[in-house]
Amino acid sequence: MVKEEQETANRPDNTAFTQQRLPAWQPMLSAGIVIPGFVLIGLAFIGIGVALFVTTRSIQVLELDYSGVEQSSPCFKCSDTSTKNCVCNMNFNLDKLFEGPVFFYYGLSNYFQNFRRYGVSKDLDQLSGNLDNFENPTDDCVPFQYDANKKPIVPCGAVANSIFNDTFKLYQIIGGTKKPVPLDGKGIAWWTDYNIKNRNPSVTPLKNAFNGTVQPSNWPKPAYELDPTDPANNGFINQDFLVWMRRAALPNFRKLYRRIAEEDYAQGLPAGNYSLEIAYNYPVLSFDGRKKVVLSNVSWMGGKNEFLGIAYLVIGSLCVVMSVVMLIVYAKFKFPDEE
Amino acid sequence: MSVRRPDTHGSMVPNDEVMPYSDDETDDELDDDFDETSDEGEEPEVPRPPHPPVEARPSEIGWKVKANDRPYHQLPEFEKKVFLCIKKSRYSGNAIKTYKYNAITFLPLNLYEQFKRAANLYFLALLILQIIPDITTLPWYTTLIPLVVVLGITAIKDLVDDLARHRMDKEINNRRCDVLLNGSFQETKWMDIQVGDVVRMKKNDFIPADILLLSSSNPNSLCYVETAELDGETNLKFKMGLRVTDERLQQEDQLAQFDALIDCEEPNNRLDKFTGTMLWQRERYPLDLDNMMLRGCKIRNTDVSHGLVIFAGGNTKIMRNGGKTRFKRTKIDELMNYMVYTIFALLILVAAGLAIGHSFWYEEIGSKAWYLYDGKNQSSSYRGFLSFWGYIIVLNTMVPISLYVSVEVIRLGQSKFINWDLQMYFAEKDTPAKARTTTLNEQLGQIEYIFSDKTGTLTQNVMQFKKCTIAERSYGNPTTAEGVTLDRGRPVDWTWNHLADKKFQFMDHSLVAVVRSLKDKEALEFFKLLSLCHTVMVEHKDGDLIYQAASPDEGALVTAARNFGYVFLSRTQDTITIREMDQENTYHMLALLDFNSDRKRMSIILKFPDGRIRLYCKGADTVIYERLSPNSKYKETTQTALDEFANETLRTLCLCYKDISQAEFDAWSRKHKEAQVTMVDRDAALDHVYEEIEKDLMLIGATAIEDKLQEGVPETIATLAKAGIKIWVLTGDKKETAENIGYACSLLTDDMQIHYGEDVNEKLVVRQANRRSEAFTSHPSKKKPAEPFFTDGGKNALIITGGWLNEILYEKKKKRRRLRLRRLGKRPPITNPQDPQPCNDWEKEMRQIDFVDMACECEAVICCRVTPKQKANVVSLVKKYKKAVTLSIGDGANDVNMIKTADIGVGISGQEGMQAVMSSDYAFAQFRYLQRLLLVHGRWSYIRMCKFLRFFFFKNFSFTLIHFWYSFFSGYSSQIGYEDWFITLYNLCYSSLPVLLVGLLDQDVNDKLSLKFPRLYLPGQERRMFNYKNFFVSLFHGIFVSLIIFFIPYGAFLQTMGQDGEAPSDYQSFAVVTASSLIFTVNLQISLDTAYWTFVNCFAVLGSIAIYFGIVFDLHSAGIHFLFPSMFTFTGVASNALRQPYLWLTIILTVGISLLPVICIQFLYKTIWPSDGDKVQRNRKKYEKELEEEERRTKTSAFQRGRRSRRSAYAFSHSRGYADLLASGRSIRRRPPTRGGAQDSIREVSQREAENI
Repeated sequence: MVKEEQETANRPDNTAFTQQRLPAWQPMLSAGIVIPGFVLIGLAFIGIGVALFVTTRSIQVLELDYSGVEQSSPCFKCSDTSTKNCVCNMNFNLDKLFEGPVFFYYGLSNYFQNFRRYGVSKDLDQLSGNLDNFENPTDDCVPFQYDANKKPIVPCGAVANSIFNDTFKLYQIIGGTKKPVPLDGKGIAWWTDYNIKNRNPSVTPLKNAFNGTVQPSNWPKPAYELDPTDPANNGFINQDFLVWMRRAALPNFRKLYRRIAEEDYAQGLPAGNYSLEIAYNYPVLSFDGRKKVVLSNVSWMGGKNEFLGIAYLVIGSLCVVMSVVMLIVYAKFKFPDEE
Repeated sequence: MSVRRPDTHGSMVPNDEVMPYSDDETDDELDDDFDETSDEGEEPEVPRPPHPPVEARPSEIGWKVKANDRPYHQLPEFEKKVFLCIKKSRYSGNAIKTYKYNAITFLPLNLYEQFKRAANLYFLALLILQIIPDITTLPWYTTLIPLVVVLGITAIKDLVDDLARHRMDKEINNRRCDVLLNGSFQETKWMDIQVGDVVRMKKNDFIPADILLLSSSNPNSLCYVETAELDGETNLKFKMGLRVTDERLQQEDQLAQFDALIDCEEPNNRLDKFTGTMLWQRERYPLDLDNMMLRGCKIRNTDVSHGLVIFAGGNTKIMRNGGKTRFKRTKIDELMNYMVYTIFALLILVAAGLAIGHSFWYEEIGSKAWYLYDGKNQSSSYRGFLSFWGYIIVLNTMVPISLYVSVEVIRLGQSKFINWDLQMYFAEKDTPAKARTTTLNEQLGQIEYIFSDKTGTLTQNVMQFKKCTIAERSYGNPTTAEGVTLDRGRPVDWTWNHLADKKFQFMDHSLVAVVRSLKDKEALEFFKLLSLCHTVMVEHKDGDLIYQAASPDEGALVTAARNFGYVFLSRTQDTITIREMDQENTYHMLALLDFNSDRKRMSIILKFPDGRIRLYCKGADTVIYERLSPNSKYKETTQTALDEFANETLRTLCLCYKDISQAEFDAWSRKHKEAQVTMVDRDAALDHVYEEIEKDLMLIGATAIEDKLQEGVPETIATLAKAGIKIWVLTGDKKETAENIGYACSLLTDDMQIHYGEDVNEKLVVRQANRRSEAFTSHPSKKKPAEPFFTDGGKNALIITGGWLNEILYEKKKKRRRLRLRRLGKRPPITNPQDPQPCNDWEKEMRQIDFVDMACECEAVICCRVTPKQKANVVSLVKKYKKAVTLSIGDGANDVNMIKTADIGVGISGQEGMQAVMSSDYAFAQFRYLQRLLLVHGRWSYIRMCKFLRFFFFKNFSFTLIHFWYSFFSGYSSQIGYEDWFITLYNLCYSSLPVLLVGLLDQDVNDKLSLKFPRLYLPGQERRMFNYKNFFVSLFHGIFVSLIIFFIPYGAFLQTMGQDGEAPSDYQSFAVVTASSLIFTVNLQISLDTAYWTFVNCFAVLGSIAIYFGIVFDLHSAGIHFLFPSMFTFTGVASNALRQPYLWLTIILTVGISLLPVICIQFLYKTIWPSDGDKVQRNRKKYEKELEEEERRTKTSAFQRGRRSRRSAYAFSHSRGYADLLASGRSIRRRPPTRGGAQDSIREVSQREAENI
């Protein structure tokens, strides 16, 4: 017995793995699978496409460009950067109920928030409430790291510095009087952003944490005074600030400004005349940018976008067409081959 | 040397019988040889010129070894410069070192080696770029982590390899041997042996170095060695000590006093040559190869032998013969490198384009955007320049960092599968197949030419007495004792003969019956002849007889006689004792007319106990028939039997006898004695004398010996031929033997026209002449497709000897030609286009090309009588001019060179010799495993590797080019399209496992079908599965997928908002969507490409996707953010983004568009233009069922051999027998009497030299 073992000491193991005989499924792209598969996928895609297309059609969107490029625009007077604290009013008319909840966005175009060096110009340690980085912001923030007096800028960096600072008020005009539409600014940012990602330093009052620092040069007031109405909405967890800091992927983007879901407007904006009061601060014309206000409601799939529905329809139809083509080709080439 | 050098300078026809020993011969040596031979030939007795020849060449100090004097070899004059002014003795120690690293040098050396690889260096450069703050676009860890992993894995693999080498070296270096130190023999390790040491070796010891045999326990200081490690031949060779050392150096104290000075040639690799002189006690003695015992041999049948170490360690002939260990790379490796360079060029182009884009963008838009102000006053072109480097970093993943390491892993896996393959495991010797190199596997699927050794590779080097014809009757087929033919016989039972060799098998019971009945006088004479007429030596060991034959053929014949009751018992110098059935008889041997390759026969003249004198002769049918007496009977029947044997590719010998009267013998004997002492051309004189007696012979019959093929050789060769692989046999054997084997293993068939050296040479000369005359008449035209050499359309085969090879390829002729030209005065212009000599290197090269072209037109090529060097040369010729992938297979040290030269070297393991295996890339025990290695493992490896590479390139293109598309929308700012951690982990975790598994496990068809349809091997040879076309297809596929993966989300994100009104169009959500789409696309694409779905594959694909989501959710989680707030910036993105159904719909659409067109195209392509593989694959189930049925029906059927035309199947021993040794009595020297006068002159010379020293 021992001798036998010795004689086959070098014998490889006879297992399915070592002998490369693992049980396996060897699928083939055979006509029986591919052609019906394409038909099925095509039909499914068409179904999704129709659903998307129908849904997106039902979504109402209202866009108002208030950059003030054209002379006719009410905001033309504000487009001159020398004017300070300019306020302009845009009037619009809804001829039917704008179903709620209505979302209020501001939009910028030709604005490169996705520019790499702009994007990295922030201090995440600082934003997560690390006081060391209040005194010494990261070098990524240059040139918005220290001011001329070598005082650290908090929040530092280009993104924070360029925060969007136009403000809006919406009025419904009922019989010549302006009835303010309540705008809800809570929960417009991701929950994770103001609960996890960004934290204020645990110093009370918050103001003391900012001792020895300066506010960004473009900011009219320091970070701890961003929202005078709600003390919890200040510092780095201010929702407007968070929305701005979450940079857009593409040069044309919208950012959520407010929600309209309260009081009389919980069901949406009734038909009628409205006036939008804009505090025009943010310069965009120097780089050929545009500013917009967008009112939109949403569906299960989000906002209005016809692209996806159409794309699904096109691809679905192509699948069906291709399955027919494949069937023809298969019928033509298959039979002589089998012989 | 016992064999005369071919006289090639005079005549143009090389001698087919001898090997052209050209290895390592320099032109100078050729000249010397020329001089020496003419000296010896004409005036061997003339005293040497007054000054010793050593001093004639003062530039060369020669190789001087002093016995028992270690300090002597450390003298400054024997030092050579190693490095700057550090000098070292020329005499290397006996330790061998094959390892590369030790504990200290491992890290630096290994890193250095690894950074020699362009890819690793590239990533190091990237890492440095990433540290520069102005340029860095990706964090440093995106490159560092993969680089460290890659370097680490490679380093571990190198370490394991090197440890194995350390172990091997240690084992060999620590072998023990007795060395004479301080006056007595002490057991010493091999590594401590030094040049000039006297060593003592025992029976069955390996010889530790190249050693001059001084004395042994056998009479005349004879010593038997087995040279299997050197040349694969298992028959023993004998070595002899000089007479003087034999007489005076038997005792330990004598040996301790030994202080000779050896002056010999420098270390070289010629196994067949050694020249030197020994100066001892003021006398000079010539030394030659017969005195040398080479490292690697084994001592046999000699209890104790003493020797003097001449060459040690790396200077030994066997080590020198190793040739350079070439670093072998596969064609795919080369191609892969070129592709990496292509990608690199592409990368630079793209980065440059984007950099220009950035310059313009900044000029037009960026400089006006106040929010982008960065405080740096840089011009837009400088920003463009920085952006260039930034993009080099961002797009670096186009060059897949993990490519090389993944390829290594796959190859390692393939090698393991080869090692594990039970069907390549040889149970008899317990030898599994072994992939010794792990870097060449896919090359196994591309072999076009196989160069095979014969002895030990195709054949077992076992000769078996198979059949015979005795006086009109043929024996050998299975029969009963009554002579009834059977289909399947039992082997004969030899128990009646207690001296029989149990291993000997014979099927014909009738022959035994005939012999035992003692009636058939011819049959008795037949076996008596076999037991008497040979040069075999016998040894009695434990009551058993062991025959030592110069050739296995002789051994087989004598063994046959032994089993049939004619047992050769012993021999003395002039008697032979045999047992004839029950009676012991001693015959007086009057003369032994030894075999040589010209005579093709051997005879023995014996005086019988009753006083009769009889000559027994055995030899080739052609030479024997010429010398038969007109009265001889059985001529026709024997001839018929010979034809039959030849058709069965048996090796035949005719046996005959002749009675000689005393007077006749006396007369002849006188002439014989005269001839024996002739000084000039003794061999010719002897041949002439032999001729006189070997006539009027009476034929008895003929023997047929089977040179046993390895199992399954003909079938393997036939299968490989169907796979489009050409097989060349390169052997040191003789032409007849090689041709015989060619037929036996179905390499040659009857419908082939065989071309020999003369024919080939003629055709080549004509071709050369045509080319010359063309060059005269017209300007050298552009390359025309070469016309075929063989226009008759039939199959052709080439059999060419080493001599002809030299002749045809003009090897080693430059010097002679130069000399001749010098003699003629000046270089003559070529006036005669028929002049066969080349006029310049170009012609030489053209001639080589012509030869290779011609040989490749043939179905089979057999090169015989070739030296190891020539074997290698033939291989490299084909490699060079055909650009083909070559494989060499062999088992002996003489194959080492060709094994190392070929793209892939295969060694036959499990035998005594290890040299071939040690230098091989793959080793297994049987030639027949080659078909499994190539057609199954090679094919799979190739397909897997190609699939892997195609997919790998695709995967990284589709991954990286997103950044390119994104740059158009991000101001060309080298903004990346994903999270940086995704970039770091993509190749490591998210996408490699499934493709790696495809590279390891994929099978389009199983092994049985691979073997059944050898034509499935063709795509590998034609390199169809991975080439530039495939590469660009992968590139475009990658571009397409990246385009989809970027632009579908782009369209979806352009204007939208989430379900809850929050805008999802932020950069981080976008990055997660593209990354998720990519992961799905890539993993599903590899699923589509997987032909062989095991649960592991399934697990890997699902696992990769799961791992992706797992890691993404982890990296985006709160916990990791609290720990490293600035390292992980995507906090909460995955959970926020991926709960939007809209984004999932985007991902589904993206994946769908990426995959569906590919499926469609693949389907159409396979339907319209199906490849062989597709067809087999489609009918896989049917074929598998067929195979199963086939297996059930029949096991293996006997291989059919057709009728063949008559050819001489004569074949006999490789070398002349031991006749000299046996017959020359006391002085068993080759040329005993020639020394007389010469020694005086040597003494004179030696005195002079002694004074000089």
